[in-house]
Amino acid sequence: MAAPPQAGERTIPLQIDCVVKRFGALTAVDGVSLVADRTCLGLLGPNGAGKSTLIRAIAGRVRLDSGTVRVFGQQANSAAARAELGWAPQEVALYALLTCRENLEAFGRYQGLRGKALRDAVQWCLEWAVLADRANVPVKALSGGMRRRLNMAAGIIHRPRLVLLDEPTVGVDPQSRNRIFEMVEDLRNQGTTVIYTTHYMEEAERLCDSIAIIDHGRIIAQGAKEELVAQSFGGRSDVLMHFAACTPNVASWASARGGDMKDGIAHFSIEQPTAIATLLDAAAREGLEVIDVTLRRPNLESVFLQLTGRELRQ
Amino acid sequence: MITAIVLNGFRALRRDRGALILSFILPIAFFSIFGMVFGGRRSTGTPRVSVLLVDEDHSAASERLMRGLRRESSLVATTRPETKKGESAPPEYTAATAETAVKQGIAPAALIIPQGFGANPVAFGPGGTRKAIRILHDSSDPVAAQVLAGMLQKVVMTSLPDTMAASGMRYFEQSSGGLTSEQRKNIESGLSHLRERSEKRDRDESPSAANQDNSLGGLVAVEVRDVVGENKRSPMISFYAAGVGVMFLLFTASGAGGSLLDEAENGALDRILSARVSMTTLLAGKLAYCTLLACLQLTLMFLWGAAVFHLDLFAHLPGFFVMTIATSFAVASFGMLLASVARTRAQLGAVSTLIILTMSAVGGSMFPRFLMPEMMQKAGLLTFNAWAIDGYTKVFWRDEPVSHLAPQVAVLIGSGVALFLIARRFARKWEYV
Repeated sequence: MAAPPQAGERTIPLQIDCVVKRFGALTAVDGVSLVADRTCLGLLGPNGAGKSTLIRAIAGRVRLDSGTVRVFGQQANSAAARAELGWAPQEVALYALLTCRENLEAFGRYQGLRGKALRDAVQWCLEWAVLADRANVPVKALSGGMRRRLNMAAGIIHRPRLVLLDEPTVGVDPQSRNRIFEMVEDLRNQGTTVIYTTHYMEEAERLCDSIAIIDHGRIIAQGAKEELVAQSFGGRSDVLMHFAACTPNVASWASARGGDMKDGIAHFSIEQPTAIATLLDAAAREGLEVIDVTLRRPNLESVFLQLTGRELRQ
Repeated sequence: MITAIVLNGFRALRRDRGALILSFILPIAFFSIFGMVFGGRRSTGTPRVSVLLVDEDHSAASERLMRGLRRESSLVATTRPETKKGESAPPEYTAATAETAVKQGIAPAALIIPQGFGANPVAFGPGGTRKAIRILHDSSDPVAAQVLAGMLQKVVMTSLPDTMAASGMRYFEQSSGGLTSEQRKNIESGLSHLRERSEKRDRDESPSAANQDNSLGGLVAVEVRDVVGENKRSPMISFYAAGVGVMFLLFTASGAGGSLLDEAENGALDRILSARVSMTTLLAGKLAYCTLLACLQLTLMFLWGAAVFHLDLFAHLPGFFVMTIATSFAVASFGMLLASVARTRAQLGAVSTLIILTMSAVGGSMFPRFLMPEMMQKAGLLTFNAWAIDGYTKVFWRDEPVSHLAPQVAVLIGSGVALFLIARRFARKWEYV
């Protein structure tokens, strides 16, 4: 167990060491170690990868089989850690019959806020979530996006320094999603450390400074987006070729050149863009009619596919 | 097509434990309870009426009547209070002490044979000078006085047949202008035979013999007085307010406690427990809310009773508040326990309906416990309903002081604390995953 921080020592917002959590025969989190230091850390993985269990462990809601989780140097389920931590669970964890204001007041009180501090915090949250004009509307009458925003606001009403956002955009329309992105960026700009779980690659790419990819309960890659792509692909790019007819000949031709077919599209990985001309020539020689060619730099989706052999949203 | 629909229905039912309980177990439980109360008396025993007997006359006729009453299988007749361990037997009831005992609810009725009864126990026709037997009763048990009055007529007929016949003959002689010596001799012979039969049965002391011997007839004067409810405007309203109130309180508490399950299902519980709220604090808060809600419900019910049914609420406020707080606390704790044991809202709904309706039936919320066999009356003491109804009855019916509510309050508060501690133990499942 790590020693408590000494006076004057700068504490790390989140430090996870060798955390293991099992549910019977299933190991949901398998020896995860992770550090988040004043960044927006994206926790990326498919459904069932162990993201939510890890988030609940950080929130002190999981009895670990082994390992430690420290929030600003304090054990995760300690009162001091709770005061520093905000959490917006994956579910809309609100009182449906209460209004936005009443919900915020309730969760503010649970965090120990009273009087003017509570009133100010409620007002700040309503404005942050762009719900000031809906302050007195019951949650059950809000749209999905508004509920999600209020769900986030209820998690940060006590202005914690570490915020856990567990898939905050699930089931949200594009407009609300953009608003949620702005809310997260706002938190980042204020110096709050954000742990953001998602299985939407574009969210992670937009919001997160660093990414940890989790699969089967393990962190399989960690770093900034560019680092992860470079680690997996170096300078290589993807080429996607569409053919007029998707025949067995196309598949065998692509396979012979190191590519593979997916959804009727041949995928190739090339070192230099000039390799596209070579591929087009070869296809023409075989009598295969190419109708479209796309050159794409690998992204996090490609990294995940490369590392796990699966699509992120499977 | 129809087969598929039927199959789907049964498959879904098989996997829905709540629906299974409500469909099959609850009806059987209720059938059994009602059967035991109203139908299954051969196996569970007829509910007997407790009666206190007072003989102020000590004549031959009154003593024979007392023996006859004690023999009756439908009566539990006693002549003195229970003897406490290590103490000598207390004195027999007098008219005054028996009346006090009825007022305190020790027995629902008392029968007093007045001095001078034996001189002319039975009379026919107008202008008779009979001394009336007094029945003092508590009208919260409307059955007891009726049963006792009927039984008294029967016992007079069977215990004093000769006296009754002699009285009849005197009346006949007065109105017919006299009997011949031959007629008088025959009648004396018949009366002698009746006396012998009666004395033989007294020696036999067999209740069944007494019950079977209904061939003889007669009349006795009876004066019935309601000693508890004679000044009450709405005799039974407090009973029903408490009975119905507690039953619905249990449903409300179970529903309110169920908010824990809602919070567990939508993630709010996780969020609350990750804040500065411990599980004990959360449960205590829920308990306080359920208790206050129950207090409000009971207060509203009794206010309605006062406004519409003339329940004398404002003359009994201290007792009302004591009983309301104790009852509400116990019921709220019970609701917390049900919620903490259940895994889902649906399960909570099914299980709590089964338990609450059963408790309410056995505990006297649906029909008075005095109608039940003794075994069920004792079983009723395992429910909140019975203790709450007893307490409210003491307050509103018997006008007893608050200090007399100690047993009811102790049971309700004590069980409330115990249930809350058990609920806290079960709630550990929510503390950590």
